[in-house]
Amino acid sequence: MSLSVILFGLLAALAVGTGISTIMSRNPVASAVSLIMHFFSLAGIYLTLQAQFIAVVQVLVYAGAIMVLVVFVIMLLNIGREEQMREKSSFRIGISIGLSIILAFQLGKYAFTDLARKNFLPQNAATNGTTEALGTALFEHYLFPFEAISLLLLIAVMGAVILAKRQVKN
Amino acid sequence: MILQSVPLEYYLTLSAILFVIGAVGVLTRRNAIIIFMSIELMLNAVNLTLVSFSQFFNDPAGQIFVFFVMAVAAAEAAVGLAIVLALFRNKRTIYVDEVNIMKW
Repeated sequence: MSLSVILFGLLAALAVGTGISTIMSRNPVASAVSLIMHFFSLAGIYLTLQAQFIAVVQVLVYAGAIMVLVVFVIMLLNIGREEQMREKSSFRIGISIGLSIILAFQLGKYAFTDLARKNFLPQNAATNGTTEALGTALFEHYLFPFEAISLLLLIAVMGAVILAKRQVKN
Repeated sequence: MILQSVPLEYYLTLSAILFVIGAVGVLTRRNAIIIFMSIELMLNAVNLTLVSFSQFFNDPAGQIFVFFVMAVAAAEAAVGLAIVLALFRNKRTIYVDEVNIMKW
């Protein structure tokens, strides 16, 4: 087994472990910290894919901006531990088990495929994930969506301000 | 290059596992903030699929989509957490099973 597969395996195990602890933890702060570690391990996996730009943006946007928002809201609302896991409907548990069975079935199909027929990263992948390549694609072919997303962010900021503003009661 | 021997199937498998973890979190938890974090888990699983295909097929379009998904996730985080704040202010709870004002 090569070094890169071991590295990928370590990062993948970290990602799955922190993902499970995110959804299993009773304390929302512990969930948030697990999720931050999950985002960092995903950034490492993007680096094994040689997608440097996306790896850096992952840390900046998810681990930096979004999780700071989540931690601030947890702090503002002063949410403690859940005393016991809330009562859950068996319908939702059933859907969860069904999803897991479908996943196990798909993984079983992969386990029996021939390793020789698997796809490996092409030689020039490193040039595909650079800021230069992505910037060229973004500003040549995807300029209009790029400008449209700024409008979306502006609307989201206005919506957040209006929703979170204290209503004046008379 | 040393980092080129992990096959595409491993990335897709990891992405499927992470997506199911996020979906199970949304379905089984009642805490609105943890449901919110589970949605972020699912978005990240899809991002991983997009980046893997983009790198293996040598097409930057997939990574541009990830860029847009991140922008939409940031907008969703701002609006979603503002809704959680407004919910807590009006109902004094963040457990979604205690909120049924839109249930008929």
